Amino acid sequence: MGNPQTKFDATTEIDFALVGTGAAGGIIAKELSAAGFRVLALEQGPYLKEQDFEHDELKYIRQWAVFNNYKRQPNTFRSAEKEKAKLQPAFIYGRMVGGGSVIYSANHWRFHEIDFIERSRLGAIAGTGFADWPITYAELEPYYTKVEWELGVSGLAGSSPFDPPRSKPYPLPPLPIKSSGVLAERGARKLGWHAFPAPMAILSERYQGRSACFHCGFCQYFGCEARAKSSTLTTVIRDAEKTGRCEIRPNSCVRKIEIDKAGRVTGVIYFDESGREVFQKAKAVVLCANGAETPRLLLLSKSNLFPKGLANSSGKVGKYLMFNGAAIARALFEHPLNEFKSVVVSRVIHDFYDSDPRRGFYGGGGIDTRFVSYPISYALQGLPPDAPRWGAEYKRLLKENYTHTLGALSHTTSLPLETNNISLDPDVKDAWRLPAARVTYKDHPDDIRTMKFLLERSKELLEAAGARKVWERPVSEQTFGFHLLGTCRMGNDPKDSVVNKYHRAHDVPNLFICDGSSLVTSGRGQPTCTIQALAYRAADHIIRMAKSGEIKPAL
Amino acid sequence: MDDQEISRRFFLIQSGIGSAWLLSHWTEVLAAQEHAHRAAQSAAPVRFEFFTPEQAAEVEAIAAQIIPTTDTPGAREAHVIYFMDRALATFAVEERAAFVKGLKELPSQVKKRFKTKKRFSELGSGEKIQLLKAIESSPFFELLRTMTIIGMFANSEYGGNYDLVGWKLIGFEDQFLFKPPFGFYDRDYQTEQEKAEQEKAEQEKGGAA
Repeated sequence: MGNPQTKFDATTEIDFALVGTGAAGGIIAKELSAAGFRVLALEQGPYLKEQDFEHDELKYIRQWAVFNNYKRQPNTFRSAEKEKAKLQPAFIYGRMVGGGSVIYSANHWRFHEIDFIERSRLGAIAGTGFADWPITYAELEPYYTKVEWELGVSGLAGSSPFDPPRSKPYPLPPLPIKSSGVLAERGARKLGWHAFPAPMAILSERYQGRSACFHCGFCQYFGCEARAKSSTLTTVIRDAEKTGRCEIRPNSCVRKIEIDKAGRVTGVIYFDESGREVFQKAKAVVLCANGAETPRLLLLSKSNLFPKGLANSSGKVGKYLMFNGAAIARALFEHPLNEFKSVVVSRVIHDFYDSDPRRGFYGGGGIDTRFVSYPISYALQGLPPDAPRWGAEYKRLLKENYTHTLGALSHTTSLPLETNNISLDPDVKDAWRLPAARVTYKDHPDDIRTMKFLLERSKELLEAAGARKVWERPVSEQTFGFHLLGTCRMGNDPKDSVVNKYHRAHDVPNLFICDGSSLVTSGRGQPTCTIQALAYRAADHIIRMAKSGEIKPAL
Repeated sequence: MDDQEISRRFFLIQSGIGSAWLLSHWTEVLAAQEHAHRAAQSAAPVRFEFFTPEQAAEVEAIAAQIIPTTDTPGAREAHVIYFMDRALATFAVEERAAFVKGLKELPSQVKKRFKTKKRFSELGSGEKIQLLKAIESSPFFELLRTMTIIGMFANSEYGGNYDLVGWKLIGFEDQFLFKPPFGFYDRDYQTEQEKAEQEKAEQEKGGAA
């Protein structure tokens, strides 16, 4: 493709060292380099390209080919601080250039206005860190629009009566409806709800030289070989490299952010591909390593000045971890749906998005209809719970049900709790001999109630759509996170947050943090669009500060 | 990172139970694939790399009960036994011990129930089912079930899912390109929408008149 191969010397003082190249890091790399700064983006995972992506369920899903690797990167889990944490996979993230944006489902709805001001609308919730954001939806709106137009998002403006205001329509029309979407519409119509075309970061038409989706069906957990999924890998990271001022350095695992005596960041120490330790000097550091690795790296970066971990005078680094809740119902339909084809979701329902005090608990969520079951996963776990697990009848049911099964998935709120957090495990070490992440997590009772409430709505939806049989996965306390949110929350009060409203660390003037960790509340799932909008906004402010002289550009 | 999707619990269950052996072996998988490609190209008869012929006969007999041959091909026709052998020779090396141990204990399980016989593969069909029901909650059975299913439904480069019989069974296709309509319910969506709009328009016209 002729991307300029910018290579920085370890001794060169670059302008910005970025840690992480995912949903947020990719965008910030592009914005900063396009603004004239020299950017080195360090990524712990490999640099895969479109031609490397395969349709291979065994490798990608069951062997975690593109995720954090528990063998080399173990973590521990406990549900309360008094327990000893056990070795147990507790979270997953995309470990590659482009991060989770490469392998997620590409559901891409915006947060609503209420998400940013829910604390003042609903009041305090005892024992939680429920808070307003330091920014409003209106402040973020232009950046949501920027995400949709720069990366390429398909959807239909105005199709949901619950949608927040927008300054521009989607750049691309919705993707074709699937049988799951038709059934969602059918059920919703009967119940008086509203099913609207899912906003997806997948191209429904050719856009910016990239191909439209071919509907191969290998979206979730897979990279898109057609470049139709609007990952940062296939969009802004390419653009960043084209500026000639950005180097993406894969297989580089950062272990510490270094500071000088005055408490300013001087650069980062990382292990290169061969395991050699390298110090990279930088004028400023932007941390975008995700809601688990970002706080872990800060906690690993202890010093005399910051004995509790870098930028952690508040003690809030790693705290308020939010996974989002999920509830799943499944159903069988008379005719084939063939849900293995095309994108994951084509219709979404937001009728229960807002919290409603009449329910007696805090929380809300979105529902969509989907069936993400590749053949191995389906045969292992996909049949209804009353089905046999082997033998002739098992085989018959696999044959009859696979193309006829549909699920309704609810994505729900998680309250921010200080007791839910990422810390360093005192015993377990990773392959680089660094303390492993220790996850402490227990859903708030309202989070469980919200999941149960949405599960009932999901079952109603499937029944109203004409299902022949409906079953559920019972709601239970979550011990595993796909969404890693809130662990370096933004806020105006340095005593209760880690970064300010511009993503600058309260304690360290040339350290910026922007990723899922910045979120103050959890939204209702699908945080990627918001993380990316925050990244565009953070980049604008970082550029402004750098150009005003606080962080001098090299040019 | 990305979406919670399938449901985090569902995913964890899928990934954790019964297939712990499959976690984190991805670096070895390329080697396994190459191995499979080599084997596929080779004109020589397939030789087992891990199993003895006797072990292979026993394991295949069990796999053939988990996904039996009926009016459609089962685990045997899918060459699940070759998938398992290659897996145990490459990326599933860590599971060898559990396999060997389970196979060693199998004859006594058989003998205990069916005095005159000691090999699983010698049993009649009803006897086989009876024995597997007795051990179906054991880790050995769970391992065999998991590997049989993966061998049946993984990409055929890994040695199983021969002639894509697993995918054909359930109606799955791996194609680079699909065009709408994808299923039954979206087939007439466009015309239904148009019809509904037409009816609405006519109603409104009627109401105005």
